[in-house]
Amino acid sequence: MSTANNTIEIDRSVGDFHFDIKSARDAGTGLTESTIDYIVDAKQEPDWIREFRKNAFQIFKDKPLPTHWASHELDAIDFDKIRYYLASGEAAKRSWEEVPDEIKQTFERLGIPESERKFLAGVEAQFDSEAVYSNIKKAVSDQGVIFVGSTEGLKQHPEIFRKWFGKVIPTGDNKFSALNSAVFSGGSFIYVPPGVKVKHPLQAYFRINAENFGQFERTLIIADEGAELMYMEGCTAPKFTTATLHSAVVELVAMPGAKIQYVTVQNWSPNVFNLVTKRGMAMEEAEIKWIDCNIGSRLTMKYPGVVLKGRKARGEVISIALAGDGQHQDTGAKMIHAADETTSNIVSKSISVGKGRATYRGLVHVPKHLKGCKNNTECDALLINAHSRTDTYPAITVRGTGNATQHEASVSQISAEQIFYMQQRGLSEGQAMSLAVNGFVNDLVRQFPMEYSVELKRLIDLEMEGSVG
Amino acid sequence: MPGLYLKEFMSSISVQNLHASINGQEIIRGLDIAFSQGEVHAVMGPNGSGKSTLAKVMAGHPDYEVTEGDIFLDGESILEMEPDERARRGLFMAFQYPVEIPGVSNANFLRAALQAKLPEGEELDATDFYHRLYEKMDLLEIRREFTARSVNEGFSGGEKKRNEILQLAILEPAFAVLDETDSGLDIDALKIVANGVNKLRGPKLGVLLITHYQRLLNYIVPDFVHVMHAGKIVLSGGKELALELELKGYDWLKAEDAETSAVSQTAAVK
Repeated sequence: MSTANNTIEIDRSVGDFHFDIKSARDAGTGLTESTIDYIVDAKQEPDWIREFRKNAFQIFKDKPLPTHWASHELDAIDFDKIRYYLASGEAAKRSWEEVPDEIKQTFERLGIPESERKFLAGVEAQFDSEAVYSNIKKAVSDQGVIFVGSTEGLKQHPEIFRKWFGKVIPTGDNKFSALNSAVFSGGSFIYVPPGVKVKHPLQAYFRINAENFGQFERTLIIADEGAELMYMEGCTAPKFTTATLHSAVVELVAMPGAKIQYVTVQNWSPNVFNLVTKRGMAMEEAEIKWIDCNIGSRLTMKYPGVVLKGRKARGEVISIALAGDGQHQDTGAKMIHAADETTSNIVSKSISVGKGRATYRGLVHVPKHLKGCKNNTECDALLINAHSRTDTYPAITVRGTGNATQHEASVSQISAEQIFYMQQRGLSEGQAMSLAVNGFVNDLVRQFPMEYSVELKRLIDLEMEGSVG
Repeated sequence: MPGLYLKEFMSSISVQNLHASINGQEIIRGLDIAFSQGEVHAVMGPNGSGKSTLAKVMAGHPDYEVTEGDIFLDGESILEMEPDERARRGLFMAFQYPVEIPGVSNANFLRAALQAKLPEGEELDATDFYHRLYEKMDLLEIRREFTARSVNEGFSGGEKKRNEILQLAILEPAFAVLDETDSGLDIDALKIVANGVNKLRGPKLGVLLITHYQRLLNYIVPDFVHVMHAGKIVLSGGKELALELELKGYDWLKAEDAETSAVSQTAAVK
């Protein structure tokens, strides 16, 4: 018992540490127009962005919290007590040697430089509000691939940036997309030129170090005609007693024939509200695939979507959620069919442990005038304990006669007979449980990049060890 | 420890005056049986005599409660041990109804089970594991693609039973309790499974073969045969006892219900 618990303590704390760092740029606590001016000035942004942000701030103030579905958990966020911008005031470094010691140590502990050497085409490491490190392998940049922070993107590549920024997810999409639009900082801007296939993944790592802080990264990825790209993101934060807010907006644009895979392994500490808007637009014969894994946070509300805008475009969401005690993973997918012969596939698996709560919320829309559209939705939930909870809210609207949809949902439990069977072969109850849970998500985990699937299996093992007496 | 001094230390299991119930209903009512490594004992009896319950109680199934008596493994009581500890100590049970574990491949499952037997900090070598797995699969004539399939999922009855025997072969326990391994098998599948058990027979394996039908014993010839009735062993003897039962059936047991205690005492084999 004690060993199992110790392991959990140690490993759960992989990201649970922080350094006391005085930020040279600090917008202070609370959000007003002057907070926005401070951010714009600190980042030396052009006027159009100042206007964009102030407009978004108005929309944010006008929109109510979406309490109608996430119960009243969101009421725990006090927007006046959050710090909206913390940074060193220095540009992101191109080599780890130049990154200040404590920050470098942070990322080393999280294994980022090591992964970069091993299998990544480029890395951006964000610490609180800004990237502290950003590098892309020369062979990749030589192909014309742009991989920079959002601020650099909007300043250095306005002709591409302005064309798509805020177009996939309008500011007023929801209260948190408006908040992000008002105070965004960090995130990635990526452009892959026509026909370029980036062989290795590009990775961003989002680290929150400060207390009472909100991280609002903004990512815009454009894969031009026939281009291919895999982007991965990871994240951690130390555990504080107060609420931390993470509210990102991610927009993807896949031009005709392009392919984008976006992989997330979310492992925020259990005091983080993770309220993220993610959507891609797929043009003719383009493909966007979200691989989304939610393990951490107190409350996550995230429904990656694809607008299937061009004929034969394909959209896919593969989603795994693990809700432990005190956690609510409210996740799902949105597929908006807007052209003929578009196909979408949603596979969602959730595991609720202890008093954990997992919710699947899906939206599939196929209007009447379209032909040859197909959707497949599968959502499976696994409940580990008697108090675990799962809810499924699929909203599938398929109109017209030439379109097809298929929907399957299941809720299951690991049976006592399964556990006894595995125990009879020598596995402890905890080992048996994690083997069964890993089996439940196995077909999805296999779609993750190797390094992530190993990590995922390890996290599930830890969670299950703790779920049995 | 005797093993240090004796070249051939024989492990043994002794069940003494066992009483066990489920939901307050007593199923095993004062059962005694003992067996050692290297021996094959058959336990036969009519439906409802408690044969399968005996297997489950030995393996530590949580639904059953032992109300009296004890089970010793080399003199040490195993009643307080969790099922997995009993398994790691060398007690294997082949299930009458093997359980499906979706998404977990046979290879991964066996690997996890073998890993669990190793001392903490020791890592099972993947190459050694596959070498051993393929060797046993060849022995039992199981095709390679079997390793990638999920444990028992979508298996035919015969495949499930064969998988139990493969697990037995890989885990190499000191004792195997085979709970109605012949049930639901056609004659070809029965032969294959029996053949597998025969290949695993040897001085290091003690087998308790639980069966309703004599036909299994045509293929796995036991050293000893026990007859179970109403939660007790009522008659024990050599392999010829099985043939006798084949002729007489089980009906005579009911007639002798009143005298069973006397019979079991006089017929004690060991």
